[in-house]
Amino acid sequence: MFYRSHVLVCGGTGCTASQSNEIIKQFEKLLEDNNIENEVKVVKTGCFGLCEKGPIVVVYPEGATYSRVTPDDVKEIVSEHLVKGRIVKRLLLGEKEAEDVSKALEDVGFFKRQHRIALRNCGVINPENIEEYIAREGYLALGKVLTEMSPAQVIDIIKKSGLRGRGGGGFPTGLKWEFASKPQADQKYVCCNADEGDPGAFMDRSILEGDPHSVIEAMAIAGYAIGADKGFIYVRAEYPIAVTRLNIALKQAKEYGLLGRNIFGTDFSFDIEIRLGAGAFVCGEETALMTSVEGKRGEPRPRPPFPANKGLWQKPTILNNVETYANIPAIILNGPEWFSGIGTEKSKGTKVFAIGGKINNTGLVEIPMGTTLREVIYDIGGGIPNEKKFKAAQTGGPSGGCIPADKIDTPIDYDNLTELGSMMGSGGLIVMDEDNCMVDIAKFFLDFTVDESCGKCPPCRIGTKRMYEILEKITEGRGEDGDIEKLELLAKNIKASALCGLGQTAPNPILSTLRYFRDEYEAHIYEKRCPAGVCKALLRYVIDEDKCKGCSLCARKCPVNAISGELRKPYHIDQSICIKCGACMETCKFGAISKV
Amino acid sequence: MSCSCGSTCVDPKAQELQKVIEKYKNTKGAVIPVLHEAQEIYGYLPLQVQKTIAEGLDVSLAEIYGIVTFYTQFSIYPKGKYNIQLCLGTACYVKGAGQIYDRLKQELGLDKDGTTKDGLFSLESCRCIGACGLAPVMMINGEVYGRLVPDDIPGILQKYRDAE
Ligand SMILES: Cc1cc2nc3c(=O)[nH]c(=O)nc-3n(C[C@H](O)[C@H](O)[C@H](O)COP(=O)(O)O)c2cc1C
Ligand code: FES
Repeated sequence: MFYRSHVLVCGGTGCTASQSNEIIKQFEKLLEDNNIENEVKVVKTGCFGLCEKGPIVVVYPEGATYSRVTPDDVKEIVSEHLVKGRIVKRLLLGEKEAEDVSKALEDVGFFKRQHRIALRNCGVINPENIEEYIAREGYLALGKVLTEMSPAQVIDIIKKSGLRGRGGGGFPTGLKWEFASKPQADQKYVCCNADEGDPGAFMDRSILEGDPHSVIEAMAIAGYAIGADKGFIYVRAEYPIAVTRLNIALKQAKEYGLLGRNIFGTDFSFDIEIRLGAGAFVCGEETALMTSVEGKRGEPRPRPPFPANKGLWQKPTILNNVETYANIPAIILNGPEWFSGIGTEKSKGTKVFAIGGKINNTGLVEIPMGTTLREVIYDIGGGIPNEKKFKAAQTGGPSGGCIPADKIDTPIDYDNLTELGSMMGSGGLIVMDEDNCMVDIAKFFLDFTVDESCGKCPPCRIGTKRMYEILEKITEGRGEDGDIEKLELLAKNIKASALCGLGQTAPNPILSTLRYFRDEYEAHIYEKRCPAGVCKALLRYVIDEDKCKGCSLCARKCPVNAISGELRKPYHIDQSICIKCGACMETCKFGAISKV
Repeated sequence: MSCSCGSTCVDPKAQELQKVIEKYKNTKGAVIPVLHEAQEIYGYLPLQVQKTIAEGLDVSLAEIYGIVTFYTQFSIYPKGKYNIQLCLGTACYVKGAGQIYDRLKQELGLDKDGTTKDGLFSLESCRCIGACGLAPVMMINGEVYGRLVPDDIPGILQKYRDAE
């Protein structure tokens, strides 16, 4: 069983004396009352060593440590934190006392289940306290790099580890650093991509919120490797907590001399600034991101020149994803062989996935590369709700594709997913069941790209719109022979001619659904039927005369008065009025209404 | 901004904006951070504010306007008293956020994102607010409503109408 939250309640002598058993009982009762007892697990632990502040309650995954909790406080923790996801600030433990607790928490079984490298500190330490990070070997890698290694050696270790970019492309990180280390320049930059644009993915946010220092440390290491003294973290403005934590972390790192001038007494200096995004998906693309940091409209620019030669303000620049960075300190400390020993032949290490959609345990997991989709969905994710059939999993967001049910045993790695016509992407994994219409999903993603296309290049600006219109036509029952072919032709041309990754990958959701679910497209076009029962124009709600008891409930529920009839006689739906909201079907107690 | 009392009093918001501009004046790539803070002060970015920023940072108004309209976070219109952000991210969409959106539009009398005539509500579809576990999700002035079904909508809106 995988829970979205764990509530750890101290059961030490001191805390038990101050009612921690009562607290546990209260949690259990309130969780049940809120129907979240299957999502949140209450665990009684040994002493946290903070008896003076007891009873202590730690809620994971956020790692919020509540102190002096009384049974009366539990209600607030449950309703605010566990139901709404908002930490109860009033009860939070001050920073000082939380030092040194990290080690004890590491041994909790929950964390042993996953292979946590990028998430190694998330939920384990207090992210707002640099000392806890340091206590877990934080900034040790930076110290080692600065005092014992040459930049070339650092690059060599990253290359040997086999680490590939976690932001989507999967480009070898060591190689990227090497390219940027070559050119001579008066100024170079290190950038971090925390734009996390894939809707439904929140891995990077969790790392920034749970372990901001690991990213800061890694950026400094990268700066040393390529010869840069300035870094930028580009964060979505939609992530206020992450931004706050980053700001705190930067301030503390500067205070401790781990950022700034002459770090560790060497002549290496490095500083980091935060830049906020402003809600444009295309700004996740590397050249657009740099244009946005420069303070302009975030439009991509053609490559070459590549950022390694001419990036931010035309200076050599590297850009890596948050999760990519989070792996770096661990690789430096444990060695490249350790890292390359995990995973598959061409995909090393682990990957964090945000699992969502039609799955029992929505959440964040870090798994070794090569884990099968089946394990993720059934063993970790707890399967599909309501005994529905698994239909497909979508990875790679609007640039990706889907993996159908018959490929569920494919080990997840970069190359396998690409071969299946999907991609690793940044780690969003959306599960779909038999009730999801694949044409509708393709349309959903195209709607997204049309919306987010920056408009600079015509293939993307106009082409995605044309594809969207065809999909709209098909889902509204106006599809005609030749539409599929037209989609395929457009897709091919857009892929070949769009300026940046957004346009080049925009056709993927269509191509991938066409590859595995062509029959659904055909049913829409030729039979004017939506097999999953989603596309409204192709649906009719009908009342089965034999089952209808004439109770009139549906007629009263119908928002547009499309249902009429006489009491105790079968009712009837007027298709010309019906707006296909489905309210009648939900209300009928006799199962007399169905979609056809 | 402008007021009718002549030049004797100072608009505190304008003062605050000036401070922000001063702070960023010598920063490379300052426009976007300044716009963020300006929007925080005014709630949106009316033309006058854009003009002030253009002058303060010595960039053309056209460039500022181009940036403001490029990014969805920046708004040149005032929002409703209650801003409804409905998540249309993938996780929410596969769990029926589309129906919630339809119902919201129906209840608010809007045909797409926008502000109601009385200025009480504005509807804004967004992509993933990070509460995917509660999908489908919406947020009204920061308050999260999760696991929505279309029939929840009238009651939730009524709560805000009643508060008026
Ligand atoms: C349209 C588009 C959106 C992207 N969005 C993101 C994103 O949100 N986060 C991210 O890390 N990379 C994103 N990327 C990939 C980046 O361009 C870049 O490859 C990546 O940040 C490099 O870091 P990595 O090598 O560590 O993965 C996006 C690419 C494209 C084409
Ligand atoms: S997709 Fe809606 S909250 Fe993430």
